[in-house]
Amino acid sequence: MLWFIGRRLTIAVPTLIAISFVIFAILDLAPGDPTSSLPLSIPPDVREQIREALGFNDPFLTRWVLWMKQVFINEPISLFETMFNVQVGSGERTRVISWQSRAPVVETIAERLPQTTWVMGLAFIFGILIAVPVGVISAYRQYSVFDQVGTFFSMVGYSVPTFFTGLLAIVIFSVHLGWFPSYYDTTLEVTDWDSLVAQIKQLVMPVGVLSMFNAAALSRFTRSSMLDNLSEDYVRTARSKGLKEKRVLVRHVLRNSLIPVVTLIAMQVPGIFAGALITEQIFRINGIGHLLISAIHMGDVPMVQTLSFMVAALTVFFNLVADVVYGILDPRIRYD
Amino acid sequence: MGTDTLVSVRDLKKHFPVTKGALRRKVGAVRAVDGVSFDIERGQTLGLVGESGSGKSTIGRTLLRLEEPTEGTVHFDGVDLGGLSPGDLRKTRPRMQMVFQDPHACLNPRMTVSSIIGEPLVEHESMSSKERNARVEELLGLVGLKAEHANRYPHEFSGGQRQRIGIARAIALNPDLIVCDEPIAALDVSIQAQVVNLMEELQDLLGLTYLFISHDLGMVRHIADRVAVMYLGRIMELADVDALYEDPRHPYTRALQSSAPVPDPVVEATREKIVLEGDIPSPSNPPSGCVFSTRCPEAVDRCRSEVPVWREVSPGHGVACHLVDAPAS
Repeated sequence: MLWFIGRRLTIAVPTLIAISFVIFAILDLAPGDPTSSLPLSIPPDVREQIREALGFNDPFLTRWVLWMKQVFINEPISLFETMFNVQVGSGERTRVISWQSRAPVVETIAERLPQTTWVMGLAFIFGILIAVPVGVISAYRQYSVFDQVGTFFSMVGYSVPTFFTGLLAIVIFSVHLGWFPSYYDTTLEVTDWDSLVAQIKQLVMPVGVLSMFNAAALSRFTRSSMLDNLSEDYVRTARSKGLKEKRVLVRHVLRNSLIPVVTLIAMQVPGIFAGALITEQIFRINGIGHLLISAIHMGDVPMVQTLSFMVAALTVFFNLVADVVYGILDPRIRYD
Repeated sequence: MGTDTLVSVRDLKKHFPVTKGALRRKVGAVRAVDGVSFDIERGQTLGLVGESGSGKSTIGRTLLRLEEPTEGTVHFDGVDLGGLSPGDLRKTRPRMQMVFQDPHACLNPRMTVSSIIGEPLVEHESMSSKERNARVEELLGLVGLKAEHANRYPHEFSGGQRQRIGIARAIALNPDLIVCDEPIAALDVSIQAQVVNLMEELQDLLGLTYLFISHDLGMVRHIADRVAVMYLGRIMELADVDALYEDPRHPYTRALQSSAPVPDPVVEATREKIVLEGDIPSPSNPPSGCVFSTRCPEAVDRCRSEVPVWREVSPGHGVACHLVDAPAS
């Protein structure tokens, strides 16, 4: 297993370099330049100087290698410095700078990450907590009323986009009923009971909408995995042992059914950090998804590059995690 | 019902509904088992033979109420299994076990051998984990496996070894009855004899009663005391093993026997073979009259219109055929 992890991590390095090339190349081919969002009063020769100063006129490969140096070497060192409050070398190194804010991209991301991880993480956890029991009961009582209703709701949940369900939730619960605020206030700090209630209130709708969406697909997946295992011979063996039905279901069927479900969940983890592009817009959560959309609008190439690369790296990593988890859960899988 | 009858099955039926369309309307039934009666004496082995699809395995499962019977009763040691609540049935399970056909599919792939064998002990006995491990080791020894096998997973074993694990699991709670559902069908021929011999040894050692389901006539002759021949959900003939093999009365029994090769080339080359034509009819639409009439080489008109009644040709030798005359009593 250790060998397997080591080999996969080694393969991950060229994979990530290839991904960084693709991301860099695509954004480089896209139209637009860093000066386009500057005031129109700036004369063309000054614009040319700005471009030159940003290194925009260098050859493509030079810019890519320099960017890689920033991403793979400079940024991790800076991160290390901030985390442990030490200085490495002179402390002088070029960082990935946002064209919008002139601040290091990583610092902006670090500011935005907590909002996203709170909302997405809660939606992720609630999604699993809803989906697994629903999937188990739907499979165990296949074609029952519960199963039919569950199937209906997961089809609706999966096929209706969040920008619709989100707006619908705002119209019903904020506008008509006035139960929850229609937007997410990032500046709210939880200091006492009232602010905690306010924080929970503003979390309810975005987390609710997203967890329904997550649960829809996951419950279908759990259901079909359960159905596959329920008809297996070893389930009949377990029943013939005279076990309680609950034990048969949980210890035998569910534990086997969760193998593919857990790997699916592991591969969805990068989404917690990538944020939700649309839902964050609707509920005005200034998280990562919101940051990415505004960076795209402003033509902030370094920000878009870094965010895309971050998600790509997380995806590669959690793919490995999914494989490792699979190997731990299923004794039939051996990686050596 | 004799005094030491362990299992008594009366007019057992198992019909599976056939549904059609989005509303799952019931449009018919597959009559997998259609009115079967037999007894098994304590300590004996009843062999149950028949072609694929004749309902042998369904009898085994319905008998243990792993599937609910459609009609009929099963008495186990004087208790009507059909009348038991789920909780009482669960408490009876340790006394009646099953060895399954497919040794690859019937063991939970995520459990070690010791937890597969030990699980019923956790459920039905109050043992410390030390006692339980000792019992698992003892059971592994009984079926010819080593104690160090206990912590391995089923996929690390061969088919024969897995079937041994299945047997160890079945005998873990000292059952009275074991239903063996084609326990050797999925094994190599070289392994089959080992497993059957193991089962015979365990029967002598533990006083087990077997319902041995198989399509291998030779193996059934070897292990069984009495044999029931099934065709399309019904028993055609039921007799002591010697009577059935030496004096088969039903045309189907004779046809089955002649289909089994004889290990003597001279006899094999000259003996008369009855070859049945066609396939076994669909159990969702069985023929009228005698179910075997469509393929019976000796069928007469009466066979196609009238269901033959069960008659005893000699004590303990019953047959369902119009062409067999009961002895004058």
